[in-house]
Amino acid sequence: MNKIELRDVVKTYDGKKNILEGISLDVREGEFFILVGPSGCGKSTLLRIIAGLEKISSGALMIDGKIANEMPPKDRNLSMVFQNYALYPHMTVRDNILFGLDVRKVPKAEQKERLAEAAEMLGLTEYLSRKPRELSGGQRQRVALARSVCSHAPICLMDEPLSNLDAKLRGHMRTEIRRIQRQLGLTVIYVTHDQVEAMTMGDRILVLHDGKVQQTGTPLELYNTPANTFVAGFIGSPQMNLAEAELLGDTLVLNHSLAVPLTDAERRNLPEGSHWKIGVRPEQIEFAAPDNRAASTVTLCSTEMMGNETQILFSVGAHTFTARWQGQYLLENGRAIHVQLSPDTFHFFDDETGALLRAALTIKGSDMQSA
Amino acid sequence: MEYVHAPLHTVEAAPAVQKKRLPLWIIYLLPSMLIFLIFTFYPFVKTLVTSFFATTNTGALTQFIDIQNYVTLFTDPKYLQNLGNTFLYLLLTVPLTVIFALLLAVLSCSNLPGMGIFRTIFSSTMGISVAAGSVFWNLLFHPTAGLLNHIVTAFGSKPVGWLTDANCALLSVSAVSIWMNLGFSYLVLMGGLKNIDDAHYESVEIVGGGFFYRLFKVTIPLISPSLFFVFTTALIGAFQSFGLIDMLTAGGPNNSTNLLVYRLYKDAFVNFRIGSASAQGVVLFLLILLVSQLQTKLTERLVTYQ
Repeated sequence: MNKIELRDVVKTYDGKKNILEGISLDVREGEFFILVGPSGCGKSTLLRIIAGLEKISSGALMIDGKIANEMPPKDRNLSMVFQNYALYPHMTVRDNILFGLDVRKVPKAEQKERLAEAAEMLGLTEYLSRKPRELSGGQRQRVALARSVCSHAPICLMDEPLSNLDAKLRGHMRTEIRRIQRQLGLTVIYVTHDQVEAMTMGDRILVLHDGKVQQTGTPLELYNTPANTFVAGFIGSPQMNLAEAELLGDTLVLNHSLAVPLTDAERRNLPEGSHWKIGVRPEQIEFAAPDNRAASTVTLCSTEMMGNETQILFSVGAHTFTARWQGQYLLENGRAIHVQLSPDTFHFFDDETGALLRAALTIKGSDMQSA
Repeated sequence: MEYVHAPLHTVEAAPAVQKKRLPLWIIYLLPSMLIFLIFTFYPFVKTLVTSFFATTNTGALTQFIDIQNYVTLFTDPKYLQNLGNTFLYLLLTVPLTVIFALLLAVLSCSNLPGMGIFRTIFSSTMGISVAAGSVFWNLLFHPTAGLLNHIVTAFGSKPVGWLTDANCALLSVSAVSIWMNLGFSYLVLMGGLKNIDDAHYESVEIVGGGFFYRLFKVTIPLISPSLFFVFTTALIGAFQSFGLIDMLTAGGPNNSTNLLVYRLYKDAFVNFRIGSASAQGVVLFLLILLVSQLQTKLTERLVTYQ
């Protein structure tokens, strides 16, 4: 049993401004749980509260169903991987991996076994006698992970462990960490600001912003039904296109400038009211033939050629929309292009609160059943 | 399409430029080279040469006497006593200065409110001149009016001759020296401590290591470069201790606080035995070289640079 629950946790340093405002969450046993949010949203503070490195101002933290607000970190049965790895430069890789086992009175023979196991798992066996400064960034990261594995703690907390690695290595370590987590059945709480890491690694994701929980759910829940405009804009890359929308007769007018014609069916599917914020994913905006009656004509701002796909940037009122088209489009900036915006693929959000009113009804290019 | 090239420097012009520039580096080096030559290398060579000569009391060389100056020194029981005093003084002051500085730094490193006050106090001896410190301690050590003897007699024991008792004077001077040097060592070690990433301590907290585990497994190894620096400077500083001795005891009573540097000064500028003083200078130089080399070799293994 190693589940973690938080109930209405508040953290404040000066008694005036709350860093965390009433956070509640449940992390299940063996789950890869991601805390994601922009920098300064309080996600690291939340992780440090779970670790016991920060005190809770009010609320309750439960580990295995027992209140653990005041429990010292060493009794929480967890390990932690720090952003800068916290390796000791004066110790060899071996001693760095074994760090702390002497405090926990693990017998020498067992230490040796665990070391062999962890080093094997992370491919560090031949580096055990080296000092951290003789290792590359990726290897140091592995040593930090090996220390965690070696501790045999069922809960592992990770604070942006991949942010110091280059993009290629980061992609590799994502799968590596996931593999180790599955293999050992660890409960992992993983902090990141990178939504790609969140989407690809997490069983479930909690999106944090300004110290408040925005949404908790599986990666696809967050992607397909974002609870508000913040989550909508945060999850997904390139970002979801957000605009103001107004119902005028048979058309939906975006940002007071672009009219999108509505069919009767689409019209019936609109949520109540006549003013909303809408969001549409770049991959849902399609190339349209000029004779298509449902097409909108827009002015191309610029294109970003990725090789396999082209990102098309065009202006809608004061904002720029992005569309992702498969293939290579060589288009001149400033020319008129035709795009198909289908209101059924729009997410509708409350004009004032930003809360989701209606998620997209159809998602092109996906099989909703199996998702 | 025509391109207009900005003229690049031509190949033929390059050697001319180099020829012109050649003396330039000498000009840049000249000031420091001159200063070194005049104030370091020249006196050094002059001292070495003088140490093999008999001299007049103005330092003029009169006769080459081989190593006679050195022989005289090492057969002088007083000089051997000075040598012993110096080593005792080193053993008393260097380790204690570093240990006290480390303790104070570790204790005042936390971010508790009011720590700034302690940090200022602990490093304040850096701002006190040797002269002022000596006057202040002379008052404390005064046999009849001094505060220390007031305290001692209040507890019913006899007054102590802090600076007048030959058995006690070197201890008293050492104590003042530790106090004087604490500020600098404290400040350097504090800087080292502040550089340690919090994650290193948090890792210890998560595994549940106590104060001493933290101190010996994390703090001391991670500030080993600062510790090494402090040790070395304290060692060299102790060898060269002059001001405190001059102002507190002038080497007395009965030669008991006379250190190598002070004896050298007395011979050179009070007794005008320039030849002997030069020999003492050479001996002192060799000693400092030897001891600091020895210390480097012994601690090399223990120092880890990031």
